[in-house]
Amino acid sequence: MINFLGADPLLSGDIDLTVVLIVIVKTLIIFVLLLVGVMLYIWGMRKVIADMQNRIGPQKAGPFGILQSLADGIKLFFKEQSEPAGSDHRVYLLAPYLSIIPAFLAFAIVPIGGTVSIAGHMTELQLADPEIGVLFLLAMSGIGLYGIMLAGWSSGSKYPLLGSVRASAQMLSYEAALGLAIVGVLVHSGTLSTRAIVNQQAWTGIGSIFTDWFWLPAIGAFVIFLISALAETNHPPFDLAEAEQELTGGFNTEYTGIRFALFYLAEFMNVITMCAIAVTLFLGGPNGPGLGFVASTSWLNTWLMPIFWFFLKLMILLYATVWVRASLPRMRYDRLMDFSWKVMIESAFLWAMATGVIVVGRNEGWNLWIVTPAVAIGAFAIYYLLMACVPSNKELEEIR
Amino acid sequence: MGKFSGFRVTIAQVFKPKLTGNYPKTKRPKPERFHGRHVLNRYEDGMEKCIGCELCAAVCPAQCIYVRGADNPPNAPVSPGERYGIVFEIDYLRCIHCDLCVEACPTEAITETKLFEFSFTNRQDAIYTKRELLVDDNGRAQRQPWELWLGDEDDQTSGWMRATASAGQAAFEGQVGWSGELGVGVRAPEPSQDKTRTAEAADDTEEVALG
Repeated sequence: MINFLGADPLLSGDIDLTVVLIVIVKTLIIFVLLLVGVMLYIWGMRKVIADMQNRIGPQKAGPFGILQSLADGIKLFFKEQSEPAGSDHRVYLLAPYLSIIPAFLAFAIVPIGGTVSIAGHMTELQLADPEIGVLFLLAMSGIGLYGIMLAGWSSGSKYPLLGSVRASAQMLSYEAALGLAIVGVLVHSGTLSTRAIVNQQAWTGIGSIFTDWFWLPAIGAFVIFLISALAETNHPPFDLAEAEQELTGGFNTEYTGIRFALFYLAEFMNVITMCAIAVTLFLGGPNGPGLGFVASTSWLNTWLMPIFWFFLKLMILLYATVWVRASLPRMRYDRLMDFSWKVMIESAFLWAMATGVIVVGRNEGWNLWIVTPAVAIGAFAIYYLLMACVPSNKELEEIR
Repeated sequence: MGKFSGFRVTIAQVFKPKLTGNYPKTKRPKPERFHGRHVLNRYEDGMEKCIGCELCAAVCPAQCIYVRGADNPPNAPVSPGERYGIVFEIDYLRCIHCDLCVEACPTEAITETKLFEFSFTNRQDAIYTKRELLVDDNGRAQRQPWELWLGDEDDQTSGWMRATASAGQAAFEGQVGWSGELGVGVRAPEPSQDKTRTAEAADDTEEVALG
């Protein structure tokens, strides 16, 4: 039972009222953090895109327009919630929540700080540290897919159906690449628990950025993860599900008011979660240099700095997502699918296998100067053979 | 960079000054000859400049001006001349602000100000009659209840007609070719045009004089 709850030292001893309260407070903090985070992310996104398009962006609501998305949310709360006559009522009502709840839950496994002491209990600054760890993320993003699929299905309307079919096909395709990219890290770490993965990337000096953090040893997996995370969250340039020009809005066409807002909340929350997972898996999570001028046991070093490093890395990644959003045009649908099935999945698969060979070789004491080139040649050979089986676009044209 | 050159383009914009203005708080300076809402001007003694000749209505391409003239009452003349405009209406749902009425006016009675914040919410308000168009006793445009003046455009505006006054030709530069008006007096000469064009323009004027 205790193991099922995870490796958090908070849950390893007696579970008394204080422990329950700490867990509840942590839950509330994560909940509020995500809501405020989405609010700030949308505001920041609009500001940054405005920067990149020589505009000012929102500036009226609050200082620098920081309350703009709050105002939008309040407005959406008071809007009429219409429902098409042909809709499947119960599923129609359920779909937004199927979308939003996994988005909240997925963030639970993200370590946002170090291990600290609260009211005499040692605890990890993350909501849950289950042993299945990263698999939980994949499970949640899989359930989130149902929200989008059922939203389109239950609307009883054509455009949402087309949009949801697109969205589910796209998310299914990229989930495979996403999972295989994560394997590239898991082979290195040997564990699924996010806390254990973070602990393996501990800061020992400036060199840890390149040797201990997994982004460089697993650079291929890192790139694949970032791209498929963007596709998984329907983020531009992969926002095919809501291509207005073709679908008048996609799976959420028939939704209004706060139900519509829930979909957007979930979408942006997923972007934040995916970036947080990328920080956790590849960029060392909350690990970073402490403050030298105070004791290493000071609250500044145990509480503040890990949280600071986590959010700094998160913000850099989020800025990058906005940069991508501002720069790239939407992909064509067939190219999106080609890219997933002909490039991403094979590359992720080969990267995972190659990593496996090298890690095993290192443990077994094989000569890496021979193993590494051999693996690289083998990987390219397999990729070439695989691609030789796939008809090229020109051949496909002839078949059509 | 090829496919990824878009990233460079977007990030380069971050370091450039913003094109968008902070409109209601700060306004861009308007061009000297901005075409905004019309006013009907008065002379310095308070007499109306309009003589009801209907040339503005005749020239208006949008046919938005309606004017009727009448003989001045001998005991209480409205304008210095023989007749005055008893009815003067501009329909702003039709007006295209081409300024042709200003050019046509022989007495500089109708001019366009720099006021542009005069959106209206019903058709009745769209038709500005003489009561709304005539400048007040200080020579300023009258602010209507539905007009939203967010800046100080009224300070920059009045019967200003540089585009059509004789000083529009370079040969007349520095000479005042217009009458005084209520609240403002006689306008100072127009500031000089582009220096490089002045000599060229002077040549043109000579040709006109010869022709």
